[in-house]
Amino acid sequence: MNGWSALDDFLRTDPRDVGCAEAMELLHVYVDLVAADASAAERYPGIAAHLRACGPCGEDFAGLLAAVRGSAE
Amino acid sequence: MTPADPAIAAIFPLPRLDPDSDHWVRTLSGTGTEREEALAHLHELLLKIAKGETRRRGGQLRVSGPELDDLAYQAAADALLAILRKLGQFRGESRFTTWAYKFVIFEVSAKVGRHFWRNPAVPMDTEDWDRLADRFGPEPDREAERRDLAGAVRRAVDEHLTQRQRKVFVAIVLNGVPLDALAIELGSTRNAIYKTMFDARRKLRAALAANGYLDDETSRHS
Repeated sequence: MNGWSALDDFLRTDPRDVGCAEAMELLHVYVDLVAADASAAERYPGIAAHLRACGPCGEDFAGLLAAVRGSAE
Repeated sequence: MTPADPAIAAIFPLPRLDPDSDHWVRTLSGTGTEREEALAHLHELLLKIAKGETRRRGGQLRVSGPELDDLAYQAAADALLAILRKLGQFRGESRFTTWAYKFVIFEVSAKVGRHFWRNPAVPMDTEDWDRLADRFGPEPDREAERRDLAGAVRRAVDEHLTQRQRKVFVAIVLNGVPLDALAIELGSTRNAIYKTMFDARRKLRAALAANGYLDDETSRHS
């Protein structure tokens, strides 16, 4: 199995994954919870699963979180 | 904020807005100088976020300087229009500014996706299976293992993916086309391309597990 672990991680899917549309619809809610350290992943496990797997949505999440944290400084 | 349908609002009351969000909604929904000042302030905030986001994503864009600034200005202007168009849809589930910033992040994201096709590094349909091993496989000095990995995945792709799934897999995994850029090229959406890729990943993993290359687990929660 040596050398296969990165491929294995990439191919694994999480049945809780809600997909891009639902994750992006609620992204502002999710980001406010993350910024407030309010158990976002526990409240929205399907969004958390999606953001771990989807590069573009993960980028949007990182950008919005940076915006919210930056504007609070 | 006044709900569109009072009967529905009576059954599903909206969250009460925090004072800052309430101020934004009230002034942007108003008229005169107060609204103009709110618009100018919001545009200033959106531009600041857009500039920060274009800088953060600068590596994906391969542009800098004035062109990057232009992209930020366009994103802020487009986001402001979208926010005003959808102001009535703000439900107070988050702070107003978080909701508003989402629009400008999405605008930057969409513009980055479109920008890819101005200078694509690799044609979308090229199939160089050595790239699979470069991305996921063992070190280059373990040639036999790399060939084994690429061969097994290629066979699984040939035998189990639909034509559409194969096209998406090849573009994203072998050729490194960003998912958003691929959605634009295929006249599709991020959500639809992601779903196609999700199904392809699931099928490929099942096939590789059935052939003994990967552990036989259907999923793993992290």
